[in-house]
Amino acid sequence: MSKEPVAVTGIGQTAHAAARRDVSLAGLVREAARRALDDARLEWADIDAVVIGKAPDFFEGVMMPELYLADALGAVGKPMLRVHTAGSVGGSTALVAANLVAARIHRTVLTLAFEKQSESNAMWGLSLPIPFQQPLLAGAGGFFAPHVRAYIRRSGAPDTIGSLVAYKDRRNALKNPYAHLHEHDLTLEQVQASPMLWDPIRYSETCPSSDGACAMILTDRAGAARAPHPPAWVHGGAMRSEPTLFAGKDSVSPQAGKDCAADVYRQAGITDPRREIDAVEMYVPFSWYEPMWLENLGFAAEGEGWKLTESGVTGLDGDLPVNPSGGVLSTNPIGASGMLRFAEAALQVRGQAGDHQIDGARRALGHAYGGGAQFFSMWLVGTEPPPG
Amino acid sequence: MAEIRTAPLVVEFPFTRSLGPVQSAFLTGLRERTVLGVRAGDGRVIVPPAEYDPVTAEEIRDLVEVGSAGTVTTWAWNPAPRRGQPLATPFAWVLVRLDGADTALLHALDVPGPESVHTGLRVRIRWAAERTGAITDIACFTPYDGPGSGAEPAAHSGEFADPVTGITTPARLDYTYAPGRAQSRYLRALAGRKTIGERCPSCRKVYVPPRGACPTCGIATDTQVEVGPRGTVTTYCIVNIKARNLDIEVPYVYAHIALDGAGLALHARIGGISYDEVRMGLRVEPVWTGDGTFPDHYRPTGEPDAPYDSYKELI
Repeated sequence: MSKEPVAVTGIGQTAHAAARRDVSLAGLVREAARRALDDARLEWADIDAVVIGKAPDFFEGVMMPELYLADALGAVGKPMLRVHTAGSVGGSTALVAANLVAARIHRTVLTLAFEKQSESNAMWGLSLPIPFQQPLLAGAGGFFAPHVRAYIRRSGAPDTIGSLVAYKDRRNALKNPYAHLHEHDLTLEQVQASPMLWDPIRYSETCPSSDGACAMILTDRAGAARAPHPPAWVHGGAMRSEPTLFAGKDSVSPQAGKDCAADVYRQAGITDPRREIDAVEMYVPFSWYEPMWLENLGFAAEGEGWKLTESGVTGLDGDLPVNPSGGVLSTNPIGASGMLRFAEAALQVRGQAGDHQIDGARRALGHAYGGGAQFFSMWLVGTEPPPG
Repeated sequence: MAEIRTAPLVVEFPFTRSLGPVQSAFLTGLRERTVLGVRAGDGRVIVPPAEYDPVTAEEIRDLVEVGSAGTVTTWAWNPAPRRGQPLATPFAWVLVRLDGADTALLHALDVPGPESVHTGLRVRIRWAAERTGAITDIACFTPYDGPGSGAEPAAHSGEFADPVTGITTPARLDYTYAPGRAQSRYLRALAGRKTIGERCPSCRKVYVPPRGACPTCGIATDTQVEVGPRGTVTTYCIVNIKARNLDIEVPYVYAHIALDGAGLALHARIGGISYDEVRMGLRVEPVWTGDGTFPDHYRPTGEPDAPYDSYKELI
């Protein structure tokens, strides 16, 4: 029996900010979930199951927050699942939810991911003092910066590329009212002159720390037929994992990322992603990851990704816009960041991305990664239902 | 069997909580010796109040004031209180349904022994002398002779002067950390100034530090192999921001170092050279700590740099 086609009929996100002191954790997730329900014109009773994701519990210090959030998400009397795959969790949470619909286990699923980073400190949460190991690590930036340096060496990219990505994404965020950073006066020169935090990564090439949540309503064909707005259809979705550190790991272009993308393209019938995909929302927490992932995801040959960035191909008016929403570089509630990529891809193919809409976008890729570049999740969504 | 190392690992952080409107009213109320609940869609009064109806999922905001006395619905004796618990002497954990409420609140009951507690016991709040807007504003419950009130709880606006909108909740977890047999062997060897990796019998790669198993082949790595002491910097970054729990002056170089004979790079700090002179391919050797138990950092050996092709597969 073939899979049930999965439609995205509701999308909601919070206003993202450094600190949402006006709401509790419950109030934060509720804001995104309510907007997704309103978009799909559904009520709590219409939801069959809830799938929730967030990054490590240390980020807020609430053990298993899904227990306390069941009321706020209308999950009482329904199945509720928590997914955790580090920074990629927002994407894998959406895929677990989509699979429940595709397998005809549930007809309409609410999926949601969040982080309230202001309640703790992610750098502390990621750099716990492990006995017998010398403390070295200054947060995620220190972990990923050597990989960026290795990319620059391997590709021969000019050292200006990181700043171009950061400037582009921060400009794109000005068109996204939900984005955390709205740096109206930022110039490329300021990005280039911003301090090195973890050389070769500069301050302005680094994601912020945000409070926020994102929610989606996923449903079957019958649900899509009742939806008030055009849905986005899931044409492919996949997850892949690999160890953080192992002999033979390619830290610049991890095999798990390549395999995940290849699986999604096969499901969606994509043979030339550069030509066949109209918009990409990829997980770029440090600006250099745009050219790195362009290669990992098959949009450019190895060593060539930076050329797409440099020539403007990935700009809003380029032929492969990357992160029209402003991306993780402009908004980073870690657990939600992956789902925001998936949701923004869906908004593009629904024609509902507002001022950062890519004209005529019919197929878009949402991408997330997490851990030590070891968890990958991606989906490809389209305007038309999948064939068959 | 050889000794397995252990060490205490304390994870401690002062988390903050934004309360939102309902928890803000509840905790500010405690500061004012007023216990608030919320009326749910089915008429029940929920204490402590919830923001969302547990049955209908609707937002609920109809606050009511309940009594400061109530009835124990169940209990458990705590013979050995631990740090941070409400009382320092043995006490009963109790669920108390306050007069006017339909749900029970968890707290401590101050009684001399378990024979003094029973389900149905009447109790009342003993307020803390200093109250800040926290659940600890209720110091504990004590037995109480008075009758229950049958009165319906009165509506309350939830508004107070100078409301509490956020709290700090320190959390602490105490672990005993044991790195396992493979890493214990590695640490013992380091104390003898040797770096010992373990070879996978299948893929032949040497893991440093060893983990006891090859993550690719999924089989035990039980052959010890001495590697290094010299190695090559495969990549690195220059850290310019100081982490709160790190006692290292910035800038410092955080490097991936492939020790000679190792199948992958380990992570360490580079010293003995200006941070801006470190480069990929730099040849380095360990500098041991004063007590000689492990390498504090790595420094240049003075050898010519390793050619890129010799280490590019290790990046």
